Amino acid sequence: MTTASSADHPTRRDFLYVATGAVAAVGAAATVWPLVSQMNPDASTVAAGAPIEVDLTPIAEGQDIKVFWRGKPIYISHRTKKQIEEARKVPVSSLPDPQSDEQRVKPGHDQWLVVVGICTHLGCIPISHEGAYDGFFCPCHGSVYDTSGRIRQGPAPTNLVVPPYSFVSDTKIQIG
Amino acid sequence: MSGPSDFQPTNPALKWIERRLPIMGLMHSSFVAYPTPRNLNYWWTFGAILSFMLGVQILTGVILAMHYTPHADMAFKSVELIVRDVNYGWLLRNIHASGASMFFFAVYIHMFRGLYYGSYKEPREVLWILGVIIYLLMMATGFMGYVLPWGQMSFWGATVITNLFSAVPYFGETIVTWLWGGYAVGNPTLNRFFSLHYLLPFVIAGVVVLHVWALHVAGQNNPAGVEPKSEKDTVPFTPYATIKDLFGVSCFLLFYAWFIFYMPNYLGDPENYIPANPAVTPAHIVPEWYYLPFYAILRSIPDKLAGVVAMFGAIIVLAFLPWLDSAKTRSSKYRPLAKQFFWVFVAVCIGLGYLGAQPPEGIYVIVGRILTVLYFAYFLILLPLLSRIEKPRPVPNSIADDVLAKTGGKPAPMVSTVIALMVAGGLLLGGADSARAAEGSTKPPAQKWSFSGPFGKFDRGAMQRGLKVYKEVCASCHGLSFVAFRNLAEAGGPGYSVAQAAAFASEYKVKDGPNDQGEMFERPGRPADYFPSPFPNEQAARAANGGAFPPDLSLITKARSYSRGFPMFLIDFFTQYQEQGPDYLVALLQGYEDKPPAGFNLPQGSYYNTYFPGHAIKMPKPLSDGQVTYDDGSPTTVAQYAKDVTTFLMWAAEPHMETRKQLGLQVFAFLILLTVLLYFTKKKVWANAH
Ligand code: FES
Repeated sequence: MTTASSADHPTRRDFLYVATGAVAAVGAAATVWPLVSQMNPDASTVAAGAPIEVDLTPIAEGQDIKVFWRGKPIYISHRTKKQIEEARKVPVSSLPDPQSDEQRVKPGHDQWLVVVGICTHLGCIPISHEGAYDGFFCPCHGSVYDTSGRIRQGPAPTNLVVPPYSFVSDTKIQIG
Repeated sequence: MSGPSDFQPTNPALKWIERRLPIMGLMHSSFVAYPTPRNLNYWWTFGAILSFMLGVQILTGVILAMHYTPHADMAFKSVELIVRDVNYGWLLRNIHASGASMFFFAVYIHMFRGLYYGSYKEPREVLWILGVIIYLLMMATGFMGYVLPWGQMSFWGATVITNLFSAVPYFGETIVTWLWGGYAVGNPTLNRFFSLHYLLPFVIAGVVVLHVWALHVAGQNNPAGVEPKSEKDTVPFTPYATIKDLFGVSCFLLFYAWFIFYMPNYLGDPENYIPANPAVTPAHIVPEWYYLPFYAILRSIPDKLAGVVAMFGAIIVLAFLPWLDSAKTRSSKYRPLAKQFFWVFVAVCIGLGYLGAQPPEGIYVIVGRILTVLYFAYFLILLPLLSRIEKPRPVPNSIADDVLAKTGGKPAPMVSTVIALMVAGGLLLGGADSARAAEGSTKPPAQKWSFSGPFGKFDRGAMQRGLKVYKEVCASCHGLSFVAFRNLAEAGGPGYSVAQAAAFASEYKVKDGPNDQGEMFERPGRPADYFPSPFPNEQAARAANGGAFPPDLSLITKARSYSRGFPMFLIDFFTQYQEQGPDYLVALLQGYEDKPPAGFNLPQGSYYNTYFPGHAIKMPKPLSDGQVTYDDGSPTTVAQYAKDVTTFLMWAAEPHMETRKQLGLQVFAFLILLTVLLYFTKKKVWANAH
């Protein structure tokens, strides 16, 4: 490609080639963005993921319900005195993912445990009121959670996730 | 593909692969070292443009399929959701929908180029026939793709085209039922069309590989039509042809982007913004512009079977071209008679295209028959005859001689070629306009819209007032089911805050459920909810409205149009006039007359409207002065209401219009820069060759 002409000739030509290549590269990169971005949740999915309100009155002590928020099951458990005590008795430092029960509930609403019902191992849905700790048991690979939704046994690395929520009133929470 | 390559990679890892799979050598000999005639003109870049378009269509198509639902009840809605909600969904859909037209536009140029320069002649017969097969596959793919949005034109296009097969003697009905998977076009038809529409492009890609293979065996034809004899006649594919093709693609992109960003509905039919309705056929079934010439041939023959045979024959005859035209001279440049008749033939094709869009009556039928005869006569009589009687001019000794002879004169007028392309494109593509929509009525006066043109933006005040008019007047009969309350707070919309949109939503009662008791219940609307429709279903709507169905207004500004006529539709392409729908709506809302003109027989339960097709409309005059109060001091007149509500509905039909136009400006700035750079790069590269 190099010719035997004057010295500045190749430089000017090289500049043109580099400029053209650079502009084309920028265009290609910009074109890729919409192609990637389209895979993200669309606007209707995002809008449908808005916060939801849940009325707690129908849930009797010792019972729990499952609601869906953003396509995920959320367990809302109305815990008994015994369950709360059990959860608070264990020394936090002995847990695989140390977290106190108080950190996982809202102050003044100790009886309400709200967790995302998705096993932190590989995403199966644990069954409530099962397993050695009267909490949750995941049938997929045998992870056991306690009455605070903390991991106690099995392959799951972390506690069940507490979703963002707040008490609108004593008997109503807003998730999200 | 041109014999074993002497290409050897130096990198040891590549060497290791190359010894086991000589793919780099294949690429090198096919796309780098491959000798290409040095006298190719820009018509030859359409091969590269077509490959590019196939890639674009496959890529955007695969993406659209991720969001599309091939079900008769959901297809139309899912397409609207793509356009409204998916990130850049509007862009991807516009690219794919206009892409189909661009693909055909390019293939027609490619075919006419082959015809003019005799690219089908020995030894390129197989190459040409493979091309005809690709073209047939493209037609099938394009047709099935057009069915997928499941609008009125999709549905009725599918019905008409599949019914072509009912012309087959004895087995016709059986074949058609088999094609449909039912007793009429329906969900099974849509499902299989989707499946095949996804499959066929890959079949096309496969045949394209054969096409390119055959091309690389026979070598490219060239404008002189003489085979390369020595090294001097050719240049290596890379960089020479590569850079020229890139420049060609870049110019083509400018043309393409004009449709994507500014004229996305120019080539579409407004009817297709109306969901498929098996009970109502549109007044005119007009296929997409690229089928029009063949549609005209079909209609000009009064016998059903003969018409279908003629239509398919018009394509099949192309495959026999290498034997119909036996003249030794390839290029029409040296065939004085063939050259003239070529242009006559081009005119015949464009004429047939124009007629395909006209109603099949009167003079159109007669002209259609004449042109059909001319079409076939060109292939079956004229070309065989010319090959025997025509005395060609001498061809140059070699390609190098041809180039030398030219460099004395003017260099190829690139700019004028591009302009000619644009104009020809506009001419060809615009032909489809003619038979569209409202006829037999007065043309609505053109309004001034803030949202027209490349810098168009919606007037927020008008949209907010229009929403009020819709809510207080139109909403009692018309739904707005594709618009969600959240949209009111989105960028490019009426400019409400999120809180305002939520408050607006909460004024509505929305049906939800079932609850834990299994019952449906009503709750206040949320931003994610859609405007509730006034009637639960079409039957209820008809029962309450004297048999008429008040259409949903979500897409009404795009679903209504009127014919602009020649030459306006051509000028519209350049002025970006796209506001037929809004103009019609404003006129309609103000077009009521208390007394129909003398002699007009108004049916019972109808009202006279100057702008409604046929003038007898079932909707009573909806607006009167002072009916809706405005708190921004705008005049409370019918004219103002009409304009405001139409502005609002235009936004409702295309909530991302502002984004589309803004992105368009950026894309054009970029493409112009790229094209200029590629032009100079190309010049620099070719400076070595001359
Ligand atoms: S997913 Fe729950 S234990 Fe593996």
